[in-house]
Amino acid sequence: MKISVIVFPGSNCDRDISVSLKKFSNKDPLMVWHRETSLPDSDLIVLPGGFSYGDYLRCGSMAANSPIMNEVKKSSEKGSAVLGICNGFQILTESGLLPGTLIRNKGLSFLCKNTPLKVENNNSIFTKNYKDNDIINIPIAHNEGNYFASEDVIKKIEDKNLVAFRYCDYNGDIDVANNPNGSLNNIAGIINENGNVLGMMPHPERATDRVAGLSDGEKFFTSIIESLK
Amino acid sequence: MKSLVKIMPKKGVLDPQGKAIEKSLNQLGFSQIKEVTQGKIIEIELDCNNEVDAREILENASNKLLANLVIEDYEITFPKED
Repeated sequence: MKISVIVFPGSNCDRDISVSLKKFSNKDPLMVWHRETSLPDSDLIVLPGGFSYGDYLRCGSMAANSPIMNEVKKSSEKGSAVLGICNGFQILTESGLLPGTLIRNKGLSFLCKNTPLKVENNNSIFTKNYKDNDIINIPIAHNEGNYFASEDVIKKIEDKNLVAFRYCDYNGDIDVANNPNGSLNNIAGIINENGNVLGMMPHPERATDRVAGLSDGEKFFTSIIESLK
Repeated sequence: MKSLVKIMPKKGVLDPQGKAIEKSLNQLGFSQIKEVTQGKIIEIELDCNNEVDAREILENASNKLLANLVIEDYEITFPKED
């Protein structure tokens, strides 16, 4: 299995995600600088979290226009899996690989905490090892994680069952009170129609080391690694 | 030539920054201030001498990078230089 992690100026979760990917795949991911104009064949391409280009203009907007993103788009069209976490999710929406966008948190505060999520769709290469409706505990750390899209787009996402994760409470209840950032329909992560691109604001790579306290991200990585073997 | 691209949140899109400014102004006693929306203005110096071509270039730039049409509208103007 070949994995590429794209590194933008300002990425800061590129090493964390590499450690998690190596732990479950036993292979070192290739780190690819954003200025590159070619991308080696990859089964999985990861856009990591961070603050690419200092979040200038809009989060992810400049990174979405980096030279490497043309190659990421081409690979995703050929079927490579693409995973965007946090800033990576913002880059995926800015580049048009996923619909909608991520705006400022409703409460204006940067949020950094463990957050329960409901697994809404375990019928994907990214989530297959979870049970449907599993409640998992994964950290969030963002200022612009408020998922927004037009009514038509939201309807399509819901009708086609493209929501992967939703914010909830520890009982699995989904409502305004347990929506940390104002995301429409409590959306924390979505999949594209082809099922090969996932974007999510929470950080599963921060929940893969039991010594550090959280382990609910393990099944996320085993799902991907087993699916793409 | 000098140009301005004004970018504003679309109507109906949550604008928490505008709301925060509005609340703050109301707390300062500006009771007549009813609604605040925050956007941005980008000043661009162009190597181009007619507005038609300049507008085309800036529309292209706005669609591609400066604005996100999911949540924002933009307006291009050419202020008179003094």
